[in-house]
Amino acid sequence: MQTYKLTVNGQTREVTGDPGTPLLWVLREDLKMTGTKYGCGISACGACTVHLAGVATRSCVVPVSLVGDRPIMTIEGVGEDRVGRAVQDAWVAEDVVQCGYCQSGQIMSAVALLKSRRKPTDEDIEESMGGNICRCGTYVRIRKAIKTAAQQLA
Amino acid sequence: MVYSGTAFRGSSAVFILIASLAWLSALSSAQGTRQQAASTTREAGLAAWQQVYSVLTTPRCINCHTATNYPEQGDDRHRHLFNVVRGPEGKGVPGLNCATCHQSANADSTGVPGANNWHLAPLSMKWQDTNDNILSSAAVCQSLTDRSKNGSLDGPGILRHHEQEPLVLWAFQPGRRRDGTARSLPPLTHEQLVAVTRTWVDAGMPCPQNP
Amino acid sequence: MSVTTMLSSESGLSRRSFLRVSATAAGGLIVALYFDFPVHAQAPQAKTYPPDAFVHIQRDGKIVIQVNRLEFGQGVQTSLPMVLADEMDADWTQVVAELAPAGDVYKDPVFGIQMVGGSGSIAHSFQQYRELGAKTRAMLVAAASQQWKVPGAQCRTEASVVHGPGGQSATYGELADAAAHVPVPENVSLKKASEFKLIGKETRRLDSRPKCDGSLKFGLDLDLPGMKVAVVAHPPIFGGRPKSIDDRVARGIPGVMDVFEIPTISKGTAVVVVADKFWTAKQARDRLSIDWDFSRIEPADTEQLRAKYKELAATPGNVAVTRGDLSVLDGVSAANRIEAEYEFPYLAHTPMEPLNTTIRFDGDRAEVWAGSQFQTVDQMAIAETLGLKPEQVTFHTEMAGGGFGRRATPDSHVQREAASIAKRYKGIPVKLIWTREDDVQGGYYRPMFAHRIEIGIGADGMPLAWRHVIVGQSLVAGTPFAAMLIKNGVDETAVEGAADNPYEIPNFTVTAHHPTPNVPVLWWRSVGHTHTAFVMETLVDELATHVKTDPIAYRRKLLKPEEKRMRGVLDLMDEKSASWRNHLPEGHAAGVACHECFGTNVACAVDVSIENKRPKIHRVTVAVDCGTAVNPLTIESQFQAGVSFGVSQLMAKGAITFKGGHAEQNNFDGYTPPYIIDAPVAVDVHIVPSKEGPSGCGEPPVPVISPAVVNALFRLTGKRYRTLPLLSL
Repeated sequence: MQTYKLTVNGQTREVTGDPGTPLLWVLREDLKMTGTKYGCGISACGACTVHLAGVATRSCVVPVSLVGDRPIMTIEGVGEDRVGRAVQDAWVAEDVVQCGYCQSGQIMSAVALLKSRRKPTDEDIEESMGGNICRCGTYVRIRKAIKTAAQQLA
Repeated sequence: MVYSGTAFRGSSAVFILIASLAWLSALSSAQGTRQQAASTTREAGLAAWQQVYSVLTTPRCINCHTATNYPEQGDDRHRHLFNVVRGPEGKGVPGLNCATCHQSANADSTGVPGANNWHLAPLSMKWQDTNDNILSSAAVCQSLTDRSKNGSLDGPGILRHHEQEPLVLWAFQPGRRRDGTARSLPPLTHEQLVAVTRTWVDAGMPCPQNP
Repeated sequence: MSVTTMLSSESGLSRRSFLRVSATAAGGLIVALYFDFPVHAQAPQAKTYPPDAFVHIQRDGKIVIQVNRLEFGQGVQTSLPMVLADEMDADWTQVVAELAPAGDVYKDPVFGIQMVGGSGSIAHSFQQYRELGAKTRAMLVAAASQQWKVPGAQCRTEASVVHGPGGQSATYGELADAAAHVPVPENVSLKKASEFKLIGKETRRLDSRPKCDGSLKFGLDLDLPGMKVAVVAHPPIFGGRPKSIDDRVARGIPGVMDVFEIPTISKGTAVVVVADKFWTAKQARDRLSIDWDFSRIEPADTEQLRAKYKELAATPGNVAVTRGDLSVLDGVSAANRIEAEYEFPYLAHTPMEPLNTTIRFDGDRAEVWAGSQFQTVDQMAIAETLGLKPEQVTFHTEMAGGGFGRRATPDSHVQREAASIAKRYKGIPVKLIWTREDDVQGGYYRPMFAHRIEIGIGADGMPLAWRHVIVGQSLVAGTPFAAMLIKNGVDETAVEGAADNPYEIPNFTVTAHHPTPNVPVLWWRSVGHTHTAFVMETLVDELATHVKTDPIAYRRKLLKPEEKRMRGVLDLMDEKSASWRNHLPEGHAAGVACHECFGTNVACAVDVSIENKRPKIHRVTVAVDCGTAVNPLTIESQFQAGVSFGVSQLMAKGAITFKGGHAEQNNFDGYTPPYIIDAPVAVDVHIVPSKEGPSGCGEPPVPVISPAVVNALFRLTGKRYRTLPLLSL
C-alpha cells in the first residue's frame, strides 16, 4: 500500500492503494470520477483516455505509481479548457453520440489532436483518432464534429 | 612518446637526432605491431559485430527499428496493434503518441513495457525492409556506421549509446506481458553487449562484405 | 429477434398473442409466448396505459417522461418522448426523459414483455405514446376548462400552455395538480400528420451533453454506500466445474472479502471473488488456481465444426419453405448453374460497456440496477434466484453502453450470477462486473453458419430454380421462445432473409439443419439477416454479372411485383448515387445491396478501393423506407453508424474461433471491431417520405453493408468472397 498525491483537474487529491492499480481505477473507485471509462483494460479502445501533463494517455494501463506529479485532466475537467469546450459543443451540435460510452475517450483524443493541429486534415483525424473504438460506429459524425470544432476555434 | 618542450643547444641537437631516429624506428615497429594487431582485431571485430547484430535483430530492439509507418510488437514482430503510427518524429501523433501508453518504466501490473522517452528509431536507422524482413548483417552494419544516418555518432558514441541509452537498457529488462509471462531477452546480457561493442569499435567498426 | 419479421411476412398471422408467465410447482419458470394481434400492427391496443405512469408534470413546468425501453444508443430516449410531447403539445425544452423501471405498464404492447429488440421500440410504442400524449393533453384541457367554465373544445394548447376562448391561459405546470384528478379519457383523437410539431423534425438527442462531459452514469458507474464488487472465474469450457480451488494467494490480497462457487450456464459452476474494489477483485480472480473438471463435456472446435457443417450443408435439412419443382435444376446445364458454399464465423457483440449488474438483497425485497434489454425476464430470473416474487424486486433500468442483442438473454445468466452472489450479502449492494475478457470468451455469440446454394438460371437470365441449405445453431431451442419461432424443426431466426426473400423465384426451397455444439448463442444485431443478406445479395450480384446486367436493373427485374417499398428504396438509392457511381476514380468500384428486415426496406451503394490489402469504403449512399420517420436525425445516425457496425463482419480479426472448447480470442487485440479507418468515411442517408406506420432502424442498417462491399471488391479483384471474415485481399 502506498499513498499518492494526484493533481486531477486542478485539484490535489490523495489516494492510498496498491502501486500497480491502474490510474483508471483510482479515478473511478477512489476518487469516484466515473467519466473515464473501462472498455478493455489493454489500451486497445481508448475509452479510458485522460491527459497526463497534456499528453493523451490511456489510464487503464498506467499504474498509479508511474503518474508522478504530472497533472491529470479528465473528461470532467476538459470543459474548462477552450479547446475542450469547443469539442464538447461540437459533439452536441453534430449529435455525435449514440450509447455514448466511448465518447469521453473520443473527446479527450480529439482535444489532444486539436490542441496540436488547428486545421486537421482527414488523414490527421484518421491517425489521431485511429486507436479509439466506437462500437456503435459513430465515426462519420466524429469526423464532422472535429472539423466543426476546428472551425469554431479558428 | 612524449617530448618535453625544453630548449636545446649544440650537443642537444645530436641527442635530438638520435632520439628522433629512435623514435622513428620505434614508430615504424609499433606501426608494424599495430598492423599485425589490426588484422587479428579485424577478425575479432567482425566476430564481435556478429554478436552485436544478434542483439540488434532481437525483437526487443528491432521492433522499433522499422522501415515503415508503424512499430512492431511481440516475439513474432507483428505490426503493433491499435493503429499506432510513426508520426513526424517517431513519437506517434497527437492523441496516439507512444507515450499515450508507454510510460518511463515497465508497467508489469498491466503488461505495457516502458522506458524513458519511448519512441521509434528514425527511418535512417531502419534495420528491416518495408516488408518487415530483417536486413542482412552487412546492411545493418553499413547503416549503423554511417554518420549521416546514425545521428552523427562515432565509435565511442555508439558505444556510449549501447551503454547508456534507456531504450537499449530496457531491452535487457523488458518487463512482463499482461498474462504475467516475462518478455524474451536478447541473446547477450547488457554487459556482454557493451563488451562486444567495445571490441568492435576498437577494431575500427569493420563491416562484413555483402554476402 | 425475428418475431416482427414473421409478423409482417405474408405467411398469414391471425393467431393470438400474449405473454403468460407462471412458475412451475418445482420453482422453475415457464414463459409461454403465443401470438395475438393483426399483421402490420398499429392496431388499437388491448390495454389502457395510465398516463401518470408515463408522464409527470412538475409544478415548475418540467415534464418527466418515462421511456419503456432501454436506451443503449438507438436514441429511443429522445424519440419516444418526442412522440408523446408532440401529441401533448408540450414545450420540448421542458422535457426530461427517464428510463422506466421494470413494471407491468412498461411492457412492449406487442410482445407483452418489457424489452428492446427486433427493432421494435418505435414500431410498437408509437401509437401507445401518441395516445398517452393525447390523453394527457385532454386531461390538462379538461382541468383548464373546468376552472374557466368553458367548453374544452374551445381551448387550444401550444408549448405547455392551455389557452381559453376568452384570453385565459394556464401553464401545464399550473394545471398539473388539477389534471391529476380528471378521469383518464377512454378515447382521444390524435393529430393529423400535418399537425406534427416534433414528429418528423430533426431533433437533437436529450442525452448528448451528459454523455460528453462525463456526468451520465452507466450501470458500470453506479456507486452505492458500502458497495462491493464481484468478479467471476468462469469455466474455460462451458459446463465445466472446479475440481479443486487454490485461493490462498487470492484471499491474501488486501480487500478481498470472500471466494466461493456459484452455478453458471450450461450446468457449470463458476468461482466468485468479492472484494471492496474492482481491481482487487480482478487481481484476486486472476490469481485463483483452479483445476477444472471437463469430463463428459464436449469441447467445441471451429475446424471440426466447419467440416461437419460443410457435410451437413450437402444434405437437405428440415423444410423452411418450398415451392415449385426443384427437379428442374437437374435440367440446367453447367454453364447456367451457380453452386456456392458460404461460411460465417461466431461473432461476439462486445458492447463498449462490459456486462454488469448491481443487486442489493434485503431478505424480503431486492433492488437491482442493470442496463437490461429484457427487464421482465431478468426481473423474474432474479426473483427466482433470490426466492422472491417478481413484484418484490425493484428493477432500475440503467443507461447502457451498447447492447446489440447481448443484453437480452432468455436465460438471464448474468443476472442470475449477480443474484446468486448478492444473496450472500444481505443488505449490501454487490456489483458484478464481467471483464472484457469474460465478455469475449463468455459465449452468447451469433452462431457459426454454413450455406450451400444451387441455382439454375433460366433462359431469361433470371433464377429458375434455387435450392438453399442453411446450417447453424438454433437460437431459441430450449428457451421459452421455441414454441413461437421453431416450425417444422426450423428456427425462423436462422432462415429469415432467405426463406422470405423478396425475389421472384418460381422453384425455390430453403431447408435447415441445427447442430448443437457446446457454445451458447444469441441474437446479434439483425440476427439471421447478418448472414442471409450476405448470401442473397452477393448471389443476386453474381446472377446480374452472369447475364451482364447492371445490378440495380437486375434487382428491379427480379423483385416480386408486390415489393413496392423495396423498389422505392432501390430507386432512391439509384437516384442519389448515380452521379458518383458513374464517375469513380481509378482503383475504385461500386457495389450495391438491398434488404428488408423488421419491416424496414434498405438499399445502399458503396464506393470501395483497396488500401493496404483491406477494403477502404469511401462513401455509402443509403436509402431507407421506415414508414413514418419520427426523428430523421436519429435515423440518419442509425444508418451512418449502423453500416459502420456492419463492417464488423468484414474485419480480418472479426471472428470468434474455438479450439479445445474455448474461444481463442479474449479481448480487442484478438477480436477486433472496426476502428475509424475501417469504417466508411462518408455516409449519406435518404429517407423515403412515408405516412405508413413507423418501422425500426436499429438493425436494418447492418445486413446491407457487407454484401455491398464485397460486390464492389469483385469488380476490383475478380474474386467472389464467400467466407467471412474477409482475410487479406
